[in-house]
Amino acid sequence: MALQEIVERCQDLYEDLDFSSVRAWKEAGKGRKVIGHMPVYVPRELIHAAGILPVGILGGGDQLDVIHGDAYYQSYICRIPRSTIELAITGRLDCLDGMLFPSTCDVIRNLSGMWQLKFQGKLVRYFDVPQNFDLDIGGAFYNRELQSFRDALAELVGHEISDDDLRASIDVYNKNRQAIVELYAYRAAEPWQVPTPEVYLLMRAGMLLPVEEHTQLIYDYIAAAKEVERPVRDNCRVVINGLFCEQPPLGLLKSIELAGCYVVDDDFMLVARWLLHDVPTDGDPLKNLSDAFITYSAETSCKYVPHKEDKGKFLVESVRKNRAEGVIFASPSFCDPALLDRPMLQNALTARGIPFTAFKFAENSGQLQPFREQAGTFADSIKLWSAA
Amino acid sequence: MNTAAKEQSTVQKEQSMVLQKEMINANYEALATAHEDGKKISSTFVPGNLNELLMCFDFVRNLPEINALQAGMRKKSGGYIMEAERSGHSEDVCTYVKSDLGMMAKGQVGPNGMPLPTPDILLLSYTGCFTFMKWFELVRDQYDCETAMLHVPYQADGKITDNMRNFVVTQIKEQVIPALERVSGVKFDIDRLREYLKESAKAEEDLVWVLQSAKNRPSPIDAYFGGVYYCGPIFTAFRGSKATTDYYRALRAEVEARIRQGLGPVTPEGVLDEERIRLVVEGPPNWTHFRDFWKMFYDEGAVVVASSYTKVGGVYDFGFRHDPEHPIESLADYCLGCYTNHSLPARVNMLCNYMEEYSADGFLNNSIKSCNSFSAGQLLMLREIEERTGKPAGFIETDLVDPRYFSPANVKNRLESYFQMIEQKKARGDARTAA
Ligand code: SF4
Ligand code: SF4
Repeated sequence: MALQEIVERCQDLYEDLDFSSVRAWKEAGKGRKVIGHMPVYVPRELIHAAGILPVGILGGGDQLDVIHGDAYYQSYICRIPRSTIELAITGRLDCLDGMLFPSTCDVIRNLSGMWQLKFQGKLVRYFDVPQNFDLDIGGAFYNRELQSFRDALAELVGHEISDDDLRASIDVYNKNRQAIVELYAYRAAEPWQVPTPEVYLLMRAGMLLPVEEHTQLIYDYIAAAKEVERPVRDNCRVVINGLFCEQPPLGLLKSIELAGCYVVDDDFMLVARWLLHDVPTDGDPLKNLSDAFITYSAETSCKYVPHKEDKGKFLVESVRKNRAEGVIFASPSFCDPALLDRPMLQNALTARGIPFTAFKFAENSGQLQPFREQAGTFADSIKLWSAA
Repeated sequence: MNTAAKEQSTVQKEQSMVLQKEMINANYEALATAHEDGKKISSTFVPGNLNELLMCFDFVRNLPEINALQAGMRKKSGGYIMEAERSGHSEDVCTYVKSDLGMMAKGQVGPNGMPLPTPDILLLSYTGCFTFMKWFELVRDQYDCETAMLHVPYQADGKITDNMRNFVVTQIKEQVIPALERVSGVKFDIDRLREYLKESAKAEEDLVWVLQSAKNRPSPIDAYFGGVYYCGPIFTAFRGSKATTDYYRALRAEVEARIRQGLGPVTPEGVLDEERIRLVVEGPPNWTHFRDFWKMFYDEGAVVVASSYTKVGGVYDFGFRHDPEHPIESLADYCLGCYTNHSLPARVNMLCNYMEEYSADGFLNNSIKSCNSFSAGQLLMLREIEERTGKPAGFIETDLVDPRYFSPANVKNRLESYFQMIEQKKARGDARTAA
């Protein structure tokens, strides 16, 4: 497939707030089921092993007119829950047979209760993950939570989920993670060849498509991107941080690049990059999944860092590994996790002499000029420092 | 006498309030001199606190939220919050956190003017609010001391599962207790814990009795503005002590006497003569204008008969008591059972129950600008409660400790029209009953 064609396909998926591709998938087979999930992490392997399509629900972005959703939220609460409610009230989420609310923050936690009150009759589950990273304590708790989730899924589909099914799904997701690792490595190596808005769209496509199809799409994209030659600009290399939940307008990402920054790492769609290594496909698959969460999962503001000296290391490591020259914190307005975390992450960067800049956005931010100006000033100052 | 002092002298206080003030002051003094006295200090949050356990290791107990609350009441929080914002904290986030961090930045002087020394252990029982986790990390960043974290899962389906309870119990036994032993140098004695829990259960029994006294007409208490005082000792550094049991005994006797005399609640301007409106209130109060806020209610004869905020440090009125027979398990159930660790549907059920049991005329939501844990979802809760009970619901917005977000004229206007609406509805109802 040609590059343009792939990007257009992803863009169409991104713009389709009616989830037509999901509906089409569902109608293509008798008894097919779909489960939606909010950011940041749910074990999609289990859903897949039940034969269900996991679908990422990421709010309405800047395309959705929020009419009903505002009546559910005060002005001082972030945007993503209100546009998600809007999607549901307007019937766009009717294709879902269930909805998962990961333990991200109090807003998402309470949204799970709102769902229980408003949309009864479908599976609604708050998906708790441990903040205790001892294998025998947090791991044991999580293992049993996974088992209980597995039971709930089995009830939904009317059959048990076997260990072999689960192992096969783990394998499929290992392959998807590998494809994403290659995509990110390619961007970090030649960021002019892999513009971040395209990476974003590709990752978003993975929230809708069956995972096997998404893996192939990534490889097709990499192959197609290698076929074209794009101009190399004198941009600086940055990591962007804070986009793990409420989604940035696509224009914001474009603005950052236009302002002279190549993004070499980000925290988009962490569900697809949460587990940092392959999950073993032999042995007890549930234990493998839970051990993976405990021992090698990514870091975000929603996750506790047990040792003070490790706070911010994950971000610093990403800067180092991707040879970034600075960090842009783009945090959703009114987001306690991101905004409270930011000063600690900034301290970790300051201690290592890594420059940063910070701003807030909302999924429907229309005025992009200020972001562009700020990113531009940041890029200029980085270039100045490196020249000095 | 200056005006403030004059005002102070005319404020009426219940005897129990005086007792409580003494307890709090004594604790701040104990904190200030703890290290000189060879004692260790723990710092911990209110909801799901393990006070009885900390007492087993002779820790003097500091609670950052109470410092923020006290700073709010003493009109200091505004400056602290600005200080935190100057040092890079966003204007969007929880103001309790910023008040605490601002106070630290300004030299960590306690409400009694004495410095609060550095804690020897930070213990986070992370229940009911994600922001606690970030707050804990931010505070930890400033100290060089041991930390212990207790993750309390959320009661999303309105029940405590065995897996949740076991998880909390295991963390307490295998991680929290060893950390407390290490820092304090005191060996854990489960019988000592049992003794404290016995005291807790007695105090809890009396607290519930006091809160439920609001079912009387007139209610002898205000279960929000007065209620926050009544909950103070049990929610904070005192639960499990003999002094606290005595405090609740005395409080209960005071309230019993008021019921016998048919008296209403004691307000800062004396006993309320006429109870015109009975309310259930959801959400924390505002601390920076606490007295003015309260006045907006008692001037209109509005009495709060039940509130959710008085359950934030433990829900006792549906039967839970700390249990000396199952000490660690009951600590786990306590942590799991704090109000904001309950799902939204469970919160709605609880509040509807209060509307019915306490014969309330209306439901009022005080939505706190910077507290997602309480506030996200409250508009739906409001509609549900209004629909289920058929009683008028009102909505106001303030903040806990940020004076910038308390607009007296606006809040007063809203309250007045809400109270009018309730009176009209009541009048219509009375007329129908008479006909
Ligand atoms: S944007 Fe932040 S506050 Fe809002 S739902 Fe996501 S994590 Fe929670
Ligand atoms: S968000 Fe609310 S519950 Fe959480 S720490 Fe702040 S004030 Fe307390």
